[in-house]
Amino acid sequence: MSENPSESETGEPAVDASGLPDHVTDADIRESAARERREKLRMFLTNWQGVTGLILVTLFFASAIFAPWLAPYDPNALDVPARLSGPTWDHLAGTDQLGRDTLSRILYGGRVALKIAAIGVSVALVVGLILGMIAGFGPRWLDNLLLLAFDTVRSFPTIVLALAMVALTGPSLGMVLAIVIITSIPQYARVARTATLTLKNTDFILAERSLGASMARILLHHVMPNVVGPLLILAAMDVPVVVTVEAGLSFLGLGVLPPTASWGTILNEGYLVIRDAPWMVIAGGIPLILTTLGFTFLGEALRDIFDPRMGKGR
Amino acid sequence: MLYYLTKRLGLSAVVVCLVVLVLFSLLHLIPGDPATIALGPRATPEAIARYAEKMHLDEPVWRQFMIYVANAATGDLGLDVFSDRPVTAIIMERIGFTLALVGTGMGWAMLLGIPLGCLAAVKPNSWLDRITGVFSVGTIAVPSFLVSIWALLIFAVHLRWLPAIGAGEPGDLGDQVSHLILPAFAIGLSWVGYLARMVRASMLEVMGENYIRSARAFGLRPRRVIFGYALRVAILPTITLIGMGFGGMISSTVFAEIIFARPGIGKLIFDAVTARNFPIVQGAVLVATGLYILVVLISDILIAWFDPRVRESL
Repeated sequence: MSENPSESETGEPAVDASGLPDHVTDADIRESAARERREKLRMFLTNWQGVTGLILVTLFFASAIFAPWLAPYDPNALDVPARLSGPTWDHLAGTDQLGRDTLSRILYGGRVALKIAAIGVSVALVVGLILGMIAGFGPRWLDNLLLLAFDTVRSFPTIVLALAMVALTGPSLGMVLAIVIITSIPQYARVARTATLTLKNTDFILAERSLGASMARILLHHVMPNVVGPLLILAAMDVPVVVTVEAGLSFLGLGVLPPTASWGTILNEGYLVIRDAPWMVIAGGIPLILTTLGFTFLGEALRDIFDPRMGKGR
Repeated sequence: MLYYLTKRLGLSAVVVCLVVLVLFSLLHLIPGDPATIALGPRATPEAIARYAEKMHLDEPVWRQFMIYVANAATGDLGLDVFSDRPVTAIIMERIGFTLALVGTGMGWAMLLGIPLGCLAAVKPNSWLDRITGVFSVGTIAVPSFLVSIWALLIFAVHLRWLPAIGAGEPGDLGDQVSHLILPAFAIGLSWVGYLARMVRASMLEVMGENYIRSARAFGLRPRRVIFGYALRVAILPTITLIGMGFGGMISSTVFAEIIFARPGIGKLIFDAVTARNFPIVQGAVLVATGLYILVVLISDILIAWFDPRVRESL
């Protein structure tokens, strides 16, 4: 994962592998790989964007996972006398129109965001990876067919497709997940396909083929490890999109349904009382921005370190 | 060029057909009676029977699809469930508001973002470059619907500088413009950052090329070198970005229209989704997606026009 194809082919290791004089032992090669890994780690730790991103992302995971212990109140506990209160020592982020504690709701809302992001991104990544490798390695007609399918899905503006789907099935968490997965598969598949296409004609794949390796073995053992790196970086950049789609749909009342706390439903309830209680939309928006910022920074830092060429053309 | 044009147009036509197919089959993929699903639980048996007859639901599915495509090709997208008015007429009434919003939003973003990117690239690491960098990162991380809500909160509710909802009195241009400012600001903001970043990156690359050095060596004025020679090449990836990102622009327009209660296509789709008025959803989604496909097509043709290498690659 830490080696990307370009460097292992054109960089120093290639010299070792081609000549392979007697004095180069396995230990030397391992030592040089370890050095490279340490070098990349150092590059990451001195990149302020990367470190900020990592901190914010860790914060996101921690606050979502430990929400039940961190939240000062039950997210659905009503406290009608204190309804629509501003930030006070009792309610650090104020309360909503039913007197529920906004801070607790934000912490629990992070769990919804985390759930959607984790399931949505990983399913989309795996399906996209498989489809992309099939498109890249399979016959020409299958490649064209899959490309056309990806293009069709990408032709729909995300929210517009989501609205059309929700119009028929009604809002639910599962629907949000389905939308997120369907709309992000094409980008993973495209990257995986391009990477597979370039790998397809390299010598080591050819050698593997002539040794009689099965298609599945080539894809799983030789193509996938080389393709998955860029996809993981893409996944980090995709999380903000996914979280935003969930919050956006929930804000419209077409995603997670109201009693459940989600950043989108908090914003929606805040929007309805925006004239009386402006702090609700402010408090509801901050975690969204921090999460987006964190994953964007992390993704960009990882990209700059592991795959500098990927930044061009996007 | 002609060959490229034909091929690219053909591809777009195929994608449009597939989009129609997807929209059509959405209704039939959901288990249950299509008329009941499309009209929702509140529909009367008479309305369902009428809808079934109008959509030729008694015919085989492939015949229904042919009829739908034939009608759509002549501009007939069916009838509104509640008012019985043609969907096409309703969309035509609303599309002007959307086009004005998208045009203004994209326009101000381009007018500000592209020169900002140029200036940042001409003097890297100057104070302007740093401010542009921070601004880009900051705006890209904020989801556009959050910008809409916060802009509404700050400028309409708190400062009361601009009107919060609606599109202004028909015929009163000043009023209409004042209603356009906030939503256009909200959907364009993150694009300023995007464009500035993109233009800066590709400008920096182009400025290092030999022909720019030659142009400078010939003693051309810096202004002419930057805008006449470098920007012409550096703008190409930006055109692609604008084309590809137009879908995201439509998504944020949907949010802006709902938040600012502006009667455009996005609001139309949203209202139709909540009222379960599927013919409207189907028609308006088709128009919005068609618009996106058209913009991508135009951007691709523009690129091919400017850059002969692209023409040969398809």
